[in-house]
Amino acid sequence: MKKRVPLLITFITGFIIIVSFFVPHRPFGQLETETLIWYAIIFAFTLVIGVDSLVRLHIKHIRKRKKGWWYSIVFFAGFFYCLTIGIISLIQTPNIFQPGTVFFYGYETILIPLQATMFALLAFFVASASYRAFRARNIEATLLLIAAVIVMIGRVPAGYKLWPKLPVIANWIFDVLQIGAMRGILIGVALGAVAMSLRLILGIERTYLS
Amino acid sequence: MKFWQRFLNLDRKWIFLGIGLVVIIPLLFPLRLPVKPSKPVIDLFNRIDTLGVDNGVVWVVTDFDPGTMPELMPMTMSVLRHCLTKGTPVVLHGGLWPAYIGMAKMAMDNIAVEFPDKKIGEDYVFLGYIPGVTAVILAIGIDIETTFGTDYYGVPYDSLPMMEGVKNYEDISIIVDISGTRSPEYWLMYGQQRYGVDVGIGCTAVSAPSYYTFLQSGQFVGMMGGLKGAAEYEELMERYGYPTGRRPATVGMDAQSFGHLLIVVLVILGNIGYFIVRRGERKVGIERRKE
Repeated sequence: MKKRVPLLITFITGFIIIVSFFVPHRPFGQLETETLIWYAIIFAFTLVIGVDSLVRLHIKHIRKRKKGWWYSIVFFAGFFYCLTIGIISLIQTPNIFQPGTVFFYGYETILIPLQATMFALLAFFVASASYRAFRARNIEATLLLIAAVIVMIGRVPAGYKLWPKLPVIANWIFDVLQIGAMRGILIGVALGAVAMSLRLILGIERTYLS
Repeated sequence: MKFWQRFLNLDRKWIFLGIGLVVIIPLLFPLRLPVKPSKPVIDLFNRIDTLGVDNGVVWVVTDFDPGTMPELMPMTMSVLRHCLTKGTPVVLHGGLWPAYIGMAKMAMDNIAVEFPDKKIGEDYVFLGYIPGVTAVILAIGIDIETTFGTDYYGVPYDSLPMMEGVKNYEDISIIVDISGTRSPEYWLMYGQQRYGVDVGIGCTAVSAPSYYTFLQSGQFVGMMGGLKGAAEYEELMERYGYPTGRRPATVGMDAQSFGHLLIVVLVILGNIGYFIVRRGERKVGIERRKE
């Protein structure tokens, strides 16, 4: 029973999704949308489980004084801050993203500058890491290095100024070499996903139950 | 050899300083290096440019957060400016995830300042965020009014004059998904494949390579890839006499040009140093073995 019920749910849902994709007319076409709404609702519950797991983990870190445990305190500060301003904003208006809410104020004044700073730091670390790690140690690494240098210079206006043919070569790398490899990867991934989905729907793959 | 050994062990603070300088100086003193529009950007520009007042609305989605804002906000602003100058009705959808609504709000605030004569609800509409991700894309295909109910400011959908007669994808001429996530794939799978709506995208430079395949197959109408794509769109806007603002992407490309050049110079010097040091170490090894 413990295994049969989830297997049956997986089979029915998977079957509905497949049928509704190929038969977009009513009632099948509607079923896909309905299933996705169900998915959104179930997803909201999984968030609760995620929060529970995260909170437990950080409590454990603080209790056991694990290395970097004080980062867990920072986590709790951020967690309770978001929770508090979220609840206050919900009391103010049903849409917490409306202008004038405490939540939106926090979004604009804290989240935006923090995220922008984090991403801006990437430029410094990418430069430092590529300088230290990008070495022509073998043929494959050398080919990668040459392609990277051409693309990096060819895709910026300075490259065109240096040699007008450089962007043409960079575009050729993108349009021919890159697309060929990427298409192969995408087809491989898609076939793998189809195979895995069929295994799940037919109940052959059961590792998610354990 | 000692010089190269010291060079290879260069403190990363100096690299940080170099990057900081080559990024800040061009931002303060823009050179406006020439930007040559590429085919994917020209295709997207032409698709929007051929639209009139009665060809259906342009649906712009802001699927990005503050981290990718420098690349993606100029694209959003350019597309909005393009539509509003032409008088093409435009809908701004605040993204498929909650954290992206702030970006749409920011774009809306700028538009209100730049186009004071354009009226919200009549010339453009700001629909907020609705949870559901793929379910939202599918629901738009059935009924937009039922999906959103109101605009971002709480005005009922049926009170928005611009949205009169706009029911589903059949009334949308193109979806322009400006994205720092995998959302273009969702719009492709559920919007383009399922309902046949045209999809154009703006994405970060990092994710652009993944979408070239869909571009070549014609599944995407056009694409702006990274800051380069945004700068190319700005260039086309200027060429055709549309307002461009202060062209933030073009200014940013100067900084990116010098940043890339510095990284390439560092990589080349690093490799020269690596080979000189390695050859020197081999020589010393051979001599020691001889002794």
